[in-house]
Amino acid sequence: MEILVILVPLALMLGLAGLAAFLWSLRSGQYDDLDGAAWRAIADDDPPPREAPAKR
Amino acid sequence: MQVTRDFSHYVRAAGAGLQHIDLAVEGVHCAGCMAKIERGLSAIPDVTLARVNLTDRRVALEWKEGALDPISLIDRLEELGYKAYPYETESAEATEVAESRFLLRCLGVAAFATMNVMMLSIPVWSGNVSDMLPEQRDFFHWLSALIALPAAAYAGQPFFRSAWRALSNKTTNMDVPISIGVCLALGMSVVETIHHAEHAYFDAAIMLLTFLLVGRFLDQNMRRRTRAVAGNLAALKAETAAKFVGPDEISQVPVAAIHPGDIVLLRPGERCAVDGTVIEGRSDIDQSLITGETLYVTAEQGTPVYAGSMNISGTLRVRVSAASEATLLAEITRLLDNALQARSRYVRLADRASRLYAPVVHATALVTILGWVIAGATWHDAIVTGVAVLIITCPCALGLAIPTVQTVASGAMFKAGVLLNSGDAIERLAEADHVIFDKTGTLTLPDLDVTNAADIPANIFQLAGRLALSSHHPVAAAVAQAADARSPIVGAVEEAGQGVCAVVDGVEFRLGRPSFCGAEALIGSVTLDPDASIVAFSKGSEKFILSVRQGLRPDAQAVIAALKDRHIGIEILSGDREPAVIAAAHALGIAEWRAGVTPADKIARIEELKRRGTKVLMVGDGMNDAPSLAAAHVSMSPISAAHLSQATADLVFLGRPLAPVVTAIDSARKALHLMRQNVWLAIGYNVLAVPVAISGVVTPLIAAAAMSGSSILVMLNSLRARGASREIA
Repeated sequence: MEILVILVPLALMLGLAGLAAFLWSLRSGQYDDLDGAAWRAIADDDPPPREAPAKR
Repeated sequence: MQVTRDFSHYVRAAGAGLQHIDLAVEGVHCAGCMAKIERGLSAIPDVTLARVNLTDRRVALEWKEGALDPISLIDRLEELGYKAYPYETESAEATEVAESRFLLRCLGVAAFATMNVMMLSIPVWSGNVSDMLPEQRDFFHWLSALIALPAAAYAGQPFFRSAWRALSNKTTNMDVPISIGVCLALGMSVVETIHHAEHAYFDAAIMLLTFLLVGRFLDQNMRRRTRAVAGNLAALKAETAAKFVGPDEISQVPVAAIHPGDIVLLRPGERCAVDGTVIEGRSDIDQSLITGETLYVTAEQGTPVYAGSMNISGTLRVRVSAASEATLLAEITRLLDNALQARSRYVRLADRASRLYAPVVHATALVTILGWVIAGATWHDAIVTGVAVLIITCPCALGLAIPTVQTVASGAMFKAGVLLNSGDAIERLAEADHVIFDKTGTLTLPDLDVTNAADIPANIFQLAGRLALSSHHPVAAAVAQAADARSPIVGAVEEAGQGVCAVVDGVEFRLGRPSFCGAEALIGSVTLDPDASIVAFSKGSEKFILSVRQGLRPDAQAVIAALKDRHIGIEILSGDREPAVIAAAHALGIAEWRAGVTPADKIARIEELKRRGTKVLMVGDGMNDAPSLAAAHVSMSPISAAHLSQATADLVFLGRPLAPVVTAIDSARKALHLMRQNVWLAIGYNVLAVPVAISGVVTPLIAAAAMSGSSILVMLNSLRARGASREIA
């Protein structure tokens, strides 16, 4: 049962890491546009083609 | 005169030599639009950020300072096929967003703590019946305390604050028993842990907070979404005014950038966006949005004009005054303040339930303690049992009963085109049994329509519409819209105050005053509506008369019938003249009506109905309706309403039909029914659990199971509020 001394703190550290990740994602605005985020995942990754201004 | 558009008011510095603007965009609803807009805008050199928010239908743009004008970005969006307007976050919306984030943070903390405390609790529960050493159990309890105490202190803030506010106002609300329950559960658990006892309730306390925060967050998020849509609609209305920036130079600026003392130009066909006094010019103005009166008023030097008035014929120069200077407004504001004070006395269902619930539960706990002491238990055991009663009855399900229904119901209303302004509107709307309608702009459409279009040959009507496109007059605009005209007739000339004429293939067309078209003779021959504006159209020697007025909303009759079916009383209170009100009342079959009513009269009528115990729903749009909207039990406004009314109304509905009024009443009634059902479910659950708690055999496992079981039951029941409401026959 001595293994608890390692495992319990380890589990707590993992939990805290999860919490920190959640708070970070919240702060960086990842929950601001949930509808858009769903679509962005399947959109093309190509960077937007930079048209030369003369072409327009 | 030179006209420029100036949106610099909305541009703000984003640091590092960048400038930022937020735009509300019409017509963005899919991933395709998102990619198209982002690519189209990023392609412009010097644009450093173009990001669409699909949830809120907005675009955030950043560019190198001085390199671009925001106008060019808006024009580029227009080329891409999207109308965009600069958008300024209202303070109300900013508060909702901040609150929503705070709740999500609390929820994250509480959820983390619940999961980890559970991880420690389950071994204890199973260990208690097998071979766990007391030292191991204590270790787990101390670890639980280490996690649960700080987490509860942080995540419980929304409840503790609200409970404290209620207590310092000498009232109670649902958060008071919640806070007491959580604090006692945690406190007792700490004491028990110190004494190496078998049971600690850290898990139950923190799980309770998590469940309640889920309900609070969902509720808040729905409100935030409604606010965002309302904010966009306000931006899309694009309230601008032509402000004089030089003696001969005007600039189209947003209303927010106009200050008292500025001079603005009001051209025919424009709606005034500010309050002020006319300093030059003479014109007819339509003040129906302010007073409900549909007859035009003559404005000349010295006449006060209010935001929302429509300028009909001439050009006016207006000096902007501070809102409170105008007498009509000051009167309305005074009435409004009184009415708002009275309204805040409404007690929500949740708070009424908690007023009954809290004393009963706390008394039960006290009786339990005394009972056990009398029965010979030690004080310690008796108190532990008493606290267990409080924990098991802690109103978890009761706390969720109302917000969850509210969230689901407001989501359903949102889809039907009804936005909620206030949190308790659903409860109050469900109780309404008498509807008072304003006429102008509420039963009728806010814009003009041609009423006798059916009597005129279609090709002639089409021609009249095309000719009307060349005029600025609002009546002409109504003709053009009714005829769905797109291409103006080339070479049409407008004669100010008379009409428009054009010559095509040697035939002369004229549209305007009957005298302008030589059609005076016709006026006597046709029976026309006394309130309508008359426009004549002539094609060569053929002459026609068009009657233009505010038409009834397309489904007004059906809505009135539907309300009667539901045994809801209906009446009209209008500031307009008697003949106009009678006509509308007859057309809709409404027996009770009053015409020429002042804002004070409207309030008096509502008070009279209140004294008879009637719950009044007021539906109105004019500024003169604002005080009565606040005085009524619950109120609704169309989206076209004056600012003040829209801000005062509990609900705002979108679009031309009146049907949202009935839909909203139906959804609200259904929601209230479910709320009551949920409250009884929660109480029923507690009635079953309390005897177990009083008998002193409750373990933390039973407490946790009871709490989550009842909460999930209540949440599932709430989902029933989503169901489709009855169609209006």
